[in-house]
Amino acid sequence: MTRESALNLAVMGALLAVPLWAWAADEPFLITLSTRAVIFAIAGVGLNVALGLGGLVSFGHALFFGLGGYAMGILAWHAQTYTNVTDWPLVLGGTKSMPLIWLVAVITSALAALAFGALSLRTAGVYFIMITLAFAQMFYYFAISWPAYGGEDGLSIYVRNGFPGLNTMDPIQYFAICYVLLLIVVLAVGRLAGSSFGLVLRAARQNEERVRAVGQAPYRLYLLAFTISGAITGLAGALFADLNRFVSPTMFSWQTSGEIMIFVILGGVGRVYGPVAGAALFILLEHVLGGLSEFWHIYLGAMLLGVVLFARGGIYGLLAGREAGHG
Amino acid sequence: MAEPILDIRGLTKHFGGLCASRDITLDLRPGEIHALIGPNGAGKSTLVKQIAGALVPDSGTVHFRGQDVTRLSTAARARMGMGRTFQISSLAMEYTVLQNAVLGALCHRGTVWRLFDRVMRDKGLLAVAEEALEQVGLAEFRAVRTAELSHGQRRQLEVAVALTLRPQVFLMDEPMAGLGAEGSRRLIEFLSGLRATAPILLIEHDMDAVFSLADRVSVLVYGEIIATGPVADIRANATVRAAYLGEENAP
Repeated sequence: MTRESALNLAVMGALLAVPLWAWAADEPFLITLSTRAVIFAIAGVGLNVALGLGGLVSFGHALFFGLGGYAMGILAWHAQTYTNVTDWPLVLGGTKSMPLIWLVAVITSALAALAFGALSLRTAGVYFIMITLAFAQMFYYFAISWPAYGGEDGLSIYVRNGFPGLNTMDPIQYFAICYVLLLIVVLAVGRLAGSSFGLVLRAARQNEERVRAVGQAPYRLYLLAFTISGAITGLAGALFADLNRFVSPTMFSWQTSGEIMIFVILGGVGRVYGPVAGAALFILLEHVLGGLSEFWHIYLGAMLLGVVLFARGGIYGLLAGREAGHG
Repeated sequence: MAEPILDIRGLTKHFGGLCASRDITLDLRPGEIHALIGPNGAGKSTLVKQIAGALVPDSGTVHFRGQDVTRLSTAARARMGMGRTFQISSLAMEYTVLQNAVLGALCHRGTVWRLFDRVMRDKGLLAVAEEALEQVGLAEFRAVRTAELSHGQRRQLEVAVALTLRPQVFLMDEPMAGLGAEGSRRLIEFLSGLRATAPILLIEHDMDAVFSLADRVSVLVYGEIIATGPVADIRANATVRAAYLGEENAP
């Protein structure tokens, strides 16, 4: 076993062991905290498809996180108020079914990523960062000023949405749902990185000229990567909204985009399990440092500076060494 | 005489007041090595970029396999069978030697949209990649990261990746640069045999290589082709000698 796969097992194992211990010790708050880490990890793994594999520095992934959140919020709110989402041309009601909500969240964010990616990817570098930020901010202000779904106050859902055969209000059961989804996502992204598409995408990140010389246009590779990336982050948004039973425009804010990026950078850009470690560390810091001081972000900032200046590969770079070839 | 595979007619490119290509007409026929020589700053790289599709000419056309490709992208021309090696190595530096070669083989096969296969275990691709590495003498370096190769080895890898594309023509921009005497000799031998597979447009500074390999030579000076012909004619050409070769190099 390589050091990287040993670290993968350790990270995924710790993320499972902590809530299981908390369950045995009857510490529901710790289970909720772990669930947050798992959901953030999914969002980070999603961003990493664009940022790590494709080299696309998206500063607007809050857009997809928020869309997933609002997909849950809107569908569940209509279900709990017994109203229809649309009456014309189709009569569509709300739903309290998690799988259905996930499907809507994933499809909506994938379509948004396809459309906004098609526009944003005409630019590169700093302009790409700015245009993705701008699209997310557009949705942030739109959500604030749209009174139908709560505007600035957001939407509250009284009862967590349902999953067949499980009691989702039980923290450990909801954790299990999220953990299984993380496992599926991270395994799928691992396969993606070692696939034909992954090989060409990662080559484009290193050298676009090389990819053109072998006959591929980087644009289409980036667009697919961005779409997959947005879809995964959208799923995380739906799970996050369900965890809190609440959605608000904050999910669309640039701080959210920044936090998702922090998970990736802390963990190790381009390492499939990196964002999982990054999100877990982030939650740990938030909990431990947040207990010490309201201004814990100062310490987080100092740590990020340290990572960017001295440990480019993040946690994975430090502990697992240089990236091995996939497959 | 056989139809040219690559046919460049009246290519002109200006950068502001500078004329980098002036009415260049050049062709490449099946089975030949056509060398393009010229002093530094003559516009060789600008010409290669226009042929490969990285630069659009102001006027003139590039025909490839009988089709006007002047407006096609680099990627489209590569798919039609233009195998290019770069003057300054352009490879995926974090990849291993083998991964770079598999990348070429994969793009040639055209199955880049497979999302969940294991590309580095694909026997068909590995066979093509390893054969190409074998041909240029890099087989033993297959597991080495490209960034750790010497400059000469990177040139060899460029050639290997071009081979995996099974191209109709090779555009080679100074493939000998950075190779030692032994490496050059081996590559000359290899390229000499390669012309039977596909013709080569060879941009090269190494005159020994040019004169031992080329069937025809074109001389580019200040963006203009001042002479084209068989090696013997070029060696004997007074204008060329004055402009480029220098009298002391004359036989």
